[in-house]
Amino acid sequence: MRIIIIGAGKVGYNLALNLSKEKHDVIIIDNDQNVIDKADENLDVFCIKGNGVSTGALQDADVYNTDLLIAVTNSDEVNMVCCLTGKKLGAKKTIARIRDPEYAQELTLLKEEIELDMIINPELAAAEEIAKNLAYPASVNIESFAKDRVKMAEMIVDKDMPIVDTKLKDLSGKIPHKILIGAVIRNGEVIVPDGDFEIKVNDIVYILGQSIYIASFFKDWKHHTKKIGNVMIIGASRISFYLTKLLHGLNAKVKVIELDMEKCTEFAELLPHVLIINGDGTDEEFLLSENIGDMDVFISLTGMDEENLISALIAKQNGAKRVVSKISRMNYMTVINKLGIDNVICPKLITTNQILKYVRGSTVETLYKIVEGQAEIIEFVAKDDCKILNIPLRKLELPKDILIATLARKSKIIIPRGDDSIQVGDRVIIIAKNSKISDLNELLKVPVGGIHNELQNGIKKLGSFINK
Amino acid sequence: MNYKMVLKSLGVLLISEAAAMSISLIVAFIYKDEGISAFIYTIFILLLVGFPLTRLKPHSSNLYAKDGFAIVAFGWIAMSVLGALPYYFSGMTSTFIDSFFEAVSGFTTTRASVLSTVENLPNSIMFWNGLTHWMGGMGVLILTLAILPTVSATSLYIMKAESPGPKPGKLVPKMGQTAKILYGIYLIITMVLVILLITAGMPVFDSLIHAFGTVSTGGISNRNLSIGAYNSIFIEIIITFFMLICGMSFTLHYQVFKGNIGALFKNEEFKFYITVIGASILLISINLYGSVFASIGESLRHSSFQVVSIISTTGFSSTDFDKWPMLSKSILFFLMFMGGCAGSTGGGIKNIRVLLLLKSAKSQLMKIIHPRGIYPVRLDGRIIDDKSVAEIMSFFFLYIFIFVIGVIFVSFDGYDFTTTLTSVAATMGNTGYGLSMVGPMGNYSIMSPLSKIVLSFAMLIGRLEIYPILLLTVPTFWKKD
Repeated sequence: MRIIIIGAGKVGYNLALNLSKEKHDVIIIDNDQNVIDKADENLDVFCIKGNGVSTGALQDADVYNTDLLIAVTNSDEVNMVCCLTGKKLGAKKTIARIRDPEYAQELTLLKEEIELDMIINPELAAAEEIAKNLAYPASVNIESFAKDRVKMAEMIVDKDMPIVDTKLKDLSGKIPHKILIGAVIRNGEVIVPDGDFEIKVNDIVYILGQSIYIASFFKDWKHHTKKIGNVMIIGASRISFYLTKLLHGLNAKVKVIELDMEKCTEFAELLPHVLIINGDGTDEEFLLSENIGDMDVFISLTGMDEENLISALIAKQNGAKRVVSKISRMNYMTVINKLGIDNVICPKLITTNQILKYVRGSTVETLYKIVEGQAEIIEFVAKDDCKILNIPLRKLELPKDILIATLARKSKIIIPRGDDSIQVGDRVIIIAKNSKISDLNELLKVPVGGIHNELQNGIKKLGSFINK
Repeated sequence: MNYKMVLKSLGVLLISEAAAMSISLIVAFIYKDEGISAFIYTIFILLLVGFPLTRLKPHSSNLYAKDGFAIVAFGWIAMSVLGALPYYFSGMTSTFIDSFFEAVSGFTTTRASVLSTVENLPNSIMFWNGLTHWMGGMGVLILTLAILPTVSATSLYIMKAESPGPKPGKLVPKMGQTAKILYGIYLIITMVLVILLITAGMPVFDSLIHAFGTVSTGGISNRNLSIGAYNSIFIEIIITFFMLICGMSFTLHYQVFKGNIGALFKNEEFKFYITVIGASILLISINLYGSVFASIGESLRHSSFQVVSIISTTGFSSTDFDKWPMLSKSILFFLMFMGGCAGSTGGGIKNIRVLLLLKSAKSQLMKIIHPRGIYPVRLDGRIIDDKSVAEIMSFFFLYIFIFVIGVIFVSFDGYDFTTTLTSVAATMGNTGYGLSMVGPMGNYSIMSPLSKIVLSFAMLIGRLEIYPILLLTVPTFWKKD
């Protein structure tokens, strides 16, 4: 696919990185020479210096033959105009990032009038992500598949959990729910486990299953879900705005702390029912005076990663029950995982995942990356041209490190065994390590015929042999 | 520096060289000549060295600019050392230094031979010499990028270090795809030329060798008198045309192949290139008419062939231009420095650099008239930033500086001024022929072993555009951090 990305900031760069790895032809347009140089040196993409709004730059990028145009510059207006011009010049699909809350109210209208195919609002997406996670216990990340019927929970195993030191094949005896452990992260490495795999303390496990079973799995476990009561949010950012609205809907008592007086007033105008406090979110004494210890949830959402982390640590030390922090710089991820913050939210990652999901097209429904893309959990819908329909799974020779995790068939959710088979219309959830799968047919080990294919595979084998 | 990854890449390169050499081995079997054992031994050594290197397990596969330069510099040296073995094993050259000189002159498309006669070389050795020219013309590492399926983004550094010109760019978003397109165009041009040469009456094997020599702008010939041996206007016209287009940027070829012929006339470098060629031909023709050749046609024929041959740094000769008058010889001498266009297979300083230097000199002059005036340097309507101009100036300085050093080393041999100067200019510019004793009728066997080594490195420095080889002499380049 030929993709033009306008704006090579955090999201644009990360998108280009992922898309070019997935063998798409990526063209980046940006005005800033430094940004262009960085992308040019590190990525296998084509860079054009110029203004994405100008037809000249778009023509240089051969917009006429472009399948997708993604506009992710800082400015909403520029993004909209880019997409509008791009579409008129012949780009087949357009995606714009629009983040201003004012436009957010008018998204559907905008989408129709500018003929946008997708609008991403990173802040809204991040807020939704946080709200969704709050419904589950701390240290658990929840992801939905198959239109919310299948849930995946990511959590760290602690010693009180019933599944510790259990071999996976004995798991069904210990817990009554039909769930599947699809992937495990141990020492930073992703493992797709088999029946003899034993779960240890401090493993990060990915549990899949029907939504009710996942929910009841956590209910049985002693840290069961609590209602969200008092919430403290640091920073009156855009995410805070959306999140406060969402939490208000959940009947939570929200307190927002912001250092900048002007922002406080602005926020108070927009959200009349919320308590806004003018103060420094990294000042421990001040936070204590605001009863930080009694908070059920503490969320730091300022623009500074370092401030967010410090506030989160202060909150954790002073007894806030659940601490969530936003960071924008990916480089911190490895360090942060060791700090004991319950949830870390990275809007950039969420935005990237959303777009990637879109780009992978109609065959892929949902996509979730773990450990910086070491492994992926992907959902497909089995179409009638799929070549592995009605074959019992044990007869399929699946490539190594690929697992068919769940089948969602009409109202039934199946954790497949060897005798089950994929049927037309099934939503198939697959866990794949170190391989990119963009179609169900790729699960067939032997490629389908043709000298051309043979030759290509031969060369590929030779190449990987030499490069080993 | 990521030593393991660099070594591993070298291993891949050496195995690719073995693969290329096996084509020559097939040629040796066809002609059943002395090359057979020489190639078998060399391929064995290449695999013996290359294979263990590819088995290395680097901690990370990241390559940075430094590593890219290291791969290119070591790669070219290693390839030349091992590529010299067939000459040595087959006994065509007496010492290993001669073999090395011959191999370097092949890969760098210089064709500066130490052999007094090439006509009694075994066909397979001749073919290997031709093939090294052909691969070296577009770049050996770019060839591996085109063939191997796994190309990481960071291999752009390799392309940057290996392909000629100040800012080599991609044609399409994918690195591997770009390399494939470049080699595709290169292959098409080569095949068209082979067919044309055969129809013009050249024997099949000769046309293959000459096609290799022309498209790579190397100038290899299996005749002592080069193109002059055929004395055919038709062949000269064909070769002149192909030398001309191979001295042009391959990006332009790509544009033209895509149907955008207008790109040719918008490209300032191309216009400059054509103007320089036109002016040189005109001056030399006037100079030759009457003094060397009796007819205008004859002077035009040889002057145009020679000008294009030297500016594209091919180095074919249709006649002994060493006997030409001084004006013609000095023009040819300066054209050796000029070279082809950026992104071509030619060597030299490159037209684009000379053009930008002229433009920046002009803007400096204008600044004296209007001290507060702003005179940006523009190329193709775009402003070239000061950093790029400064880079080109330092490149130009280094080129001349290394030329001077080279001349001083070669002066130890005590030959005349013309021989000494032109031998360094012709090897650095990858032209091949100089004037006087290293002219069209001479060769480099007269040089001392020291000079041969110095000139070998001059060729590598010229082909790789100075920096990769020069960086090897910088101590911090070797430090781990």
